[in-house]
Amino acid sequence: MPATATEGEHVVEFYLPLIWAILIATAVFLYVCMDGFDLGLGILFPWFRHKDDRDVMVNSVAPMWDGNETWLVLGGAGLFAVFPLAYATIFPALYMPLILMLLALIFRGVSFEMRFKAHNERAQTWWDRAFCWGSYVAGFCQGICLGALVQGIRVENRAYAGGWWDWLTPFSLLTGVALVVGYALLGACWLIWRTEGPLAARARHMARRLGVATLGFIVVVSMIMPFQQSAFAARWFTLPWLALAAPVPILVALFTWRFFRAIDFTETREAQAAHDPTGRSFRWRDGAPFLYVLGWFFLSYTGLGISLWPNIVPPSISIWQAAASPASQLFLLVGASVLIPIILTYTAYVYWLFRGKVRVGEGYH
Amino acid sequence: MGWDFLPSALDLARFQFAFTIAFHFLFPAFTIGLASFLAVLEGLWLWTKRDVYLDLFRYWLKVFAIAFAMGVVSGVVMSYQIGTNWSVFADRTGNVLGPVMGYEVLTAFFLEAGFLGIMLFGLQRVGKGLHFTATCLVAVGTLISAFWILSANSWMQTPGGFSIDADGRFMPEDWWAIVFNASFPYRFVHTVTAAYLTTAFIVGAVGAWHLLYDRRNERTRTMFSMAMWMAAIVAPIQILIGDAHGLNTLEHQPQKVAAMEGHWERQRGAPLIILGHPDMEREETRVWLEIPKASALILTHELDGETPGLKDFPANERPTNVPLVFWAFRVMVGLGSAMAAVGVVSLLLRWRGRLYDSRWFHRIALLMGPSGLIAVTAGWITTEAGRQPFTVYGLLRTADSVAPLAAPAVGASLLAFIVVYFIVFGAGIWFLFRLFGHAPYPAESGPRQDEPIRTSGITPAPGIRHAGHGD
Repeated sequence: MPATATEGEHVVEFYLPLIWAILIATAVFLYVCMDGFDLGLGILFPWFRHKDDRDVMVNSVAPMWDGNETWLVLGGAGLFAVFPLAYATIFPALYMPLILMLLALIFRGVSFEMRFKAHNERAQTWWDRAFCWGSYVAGFCQGICLGALVQGIRVENRAYAGGWWDWLTPFSLLTGVALVVGYALLGACWLIWRTEGPLAARARHMARRLGVATLGFIVVVSMIMPFQQSAFAARWFTLPWLALAAPVPILVALFTWRFFRAIDFTETREAQAAHDPTGRSFRWRDGAPFLYVLGWFFLSYTGLGISLWPNIVPPSISIWQAAASPASQLFLLVGASVLIPIILTYTAYVYWLFRGKVRVGEGYH
Repeated sequence: MGWDFLPSALDLARFQFAFTIAFHFLFPAFTIGLASFLAVLEGLWLWTKRDVYLDLFRYWLKVFAIAFAMGVVSGVVMSYQIGTNWSVFADRTGNVLGPVMGYEVLTAFFLEAGFLGIMLFGLQRVGKGLHFTATCLVAVGTLISAFWILSANSWMQTPGGFSIDADGRFMPEDWWAIVFNASFPYRFVHTVTAAYLTTAFIVGAVGAWHLLYDRRNERTRTMFSMAMWMAAIVAPIQILIGDAHGLNTLEHQPQKVAAMEGHWERQRGAPLIILGHPDMEREETRVWLEIPKASALILTHELDGETPGLKDFPANERPTNVPLVFWAFRVMVGLGSAMAAVGVVSLLLRWRGRLYDSRWFHRIALLMGPSGLIAVTAGWITTEAGRQPFTVYGLLRTADSVAPLAAPAVGASLLAFIVVYFIVFGAGIWFLFRLFGHAPYPAESGPRQDEPIRTSGITPAPGIRHAGHGD
């Protein structure tokens, strides 16, 4: 920052990147939540072999998947606009996993449309495979990117200075697998919320197991993470961060207890509903497991943010060093502060419009 | 090393970008026009209450769903590739171009994605009025998207409103001058018009194909007629717009125009080279066919006007592939003229009441189906290859923009892109042809009876419904 800057400019130069860091972190988190469950459905495909089940699964997200994926584009474009140095160093460093992810998303996105319009069973099987594998590879690559970012990116002279295989480590593979499992769990919880009958029962069965697995990964990754960079350990094991971190395991435990209770509740409710067709009033609670899983994701994500803080490209580039000029940040912020609330409003409207249980072969008018 | 015979990382990155963006742009070039066409069809249906428009709407909506999905997924690639492959460019221009692209996401992508769901699946849920609004918003979204991305592209051609800081980064000084840079209004109008023509000729070709088999299908007749009206009115206008765009390019990027014309020497009363071959080593163009003084007339509107030549500029500031610019330009202009001719002939046939009966004309219209896509691609190559050897014209060289990546990394990704694009988009395009192969039939809506679960109507939506409704 220029030494001659006035007090006011200092304030602007301090807070603008902070606001933008929060905004972009939010966009990425929204992406993980929203595309997470629709990638999760693809990941669950091998356990749902019946065509009707698969149709329902894909139908349940067909109106929203494009909007979900747009948050990923916002993450990329936002980084380019507001933290160009981060965009210009992280992306070449993660070249292989990013390109693979893009290719996987191509397969997946196209098969959304194509599997419904395939002219015969064989063609549909192939598009189902594309959907399934695309979801696996996309989720796995995103997890790898996350792990590789946490491990740090070598930057010299404003440019990436490492090799094209640097991202490949046991830790990044671990985070890759962890994210696939986490996405599958989100997908299963989405199904509990949005479907019923045998399909929902199967989703509950899977969600319990995937819940245990996801928790296991959260614990393992959390335990390894502080030792990835010395700065992380220093952060987590000193005051005041230690005090701040203390409630996190308690919250995770609380969410875990509620999560399994909520699944049990949906099971009971559906059993009762079978006897009592009017008992629909608790249906909204079918969404509870999904929300508790989002709670896990949120806590993990916040923990990640605390580890990295204040760097955007660990270990060397802070959000202030990576930030674009105040003029660029301000120009986009003016639009974002008006447009993001509007976007959230109509996104919520679309979700509301397509709410309720999705069923097979019903609803032709 | 022994690997010198392989292309450099820079060449591979350039080819990868060219390949992925050329492939990507085929879809928006089609869907920008198609979204507007759908809005018009639905509007006409609501206004006239004639089912023929609803049938056509549903017919083309199926096409739109697939073409749009392919545009989206190939577009995500673009927003990441600037960072992965052109990181130095990203660092230098991020302050200026980043917010412009950010606005594209915020104002266009979310709008399109949000309301596409309603447009495809929501007719039964929201009612006609709101559904029409959704269709219009998607159409407007495609235009807003074109606005921002062409603004960013134009800024690379004719940068304005910036300063350069100590790190060599472009810094914004005047956003109005950045967004509305010198070539932007021309490029925007020219490209959107091209997209409309692309759609018109695809719709026209599908109509012509079915007219060859059945001249009585009212839906086929309507779509063919609408497409030919578009061609007749817009193709000639496009020639005028293209002329204005060319003059703008002459003012701001004279070496590009010199390459397009194949002129090496600055001269008065330059001839228009129709066919020839620019020889870059001998720095002259072998002329096979030319019209005296016509180039001067077009570019300066005077018979003896002075036009620039490539030799006016140092060799390292000339387009790096003159024959490519030269030929791509001829392909674009040639097809543009053919489109205008089709439009004029359609007017004559219409006047004589023969529009639906002239089989020879239907065959020509069929042949012209891909003309818009080819012309748009050729125009794109003209302007982009003509900007070389710079990414930001005159200020940042392509060779200085590339990411520090190893050639094998880029080579591997390029190969993967080629394989995946040909498989996925090949299958998608093949499927579009299958859709085109069906004539639009009455009550185009709804699933076929023999497939109770499959949603062969427009959408999977019939499978989705509210819990509780009708229980």
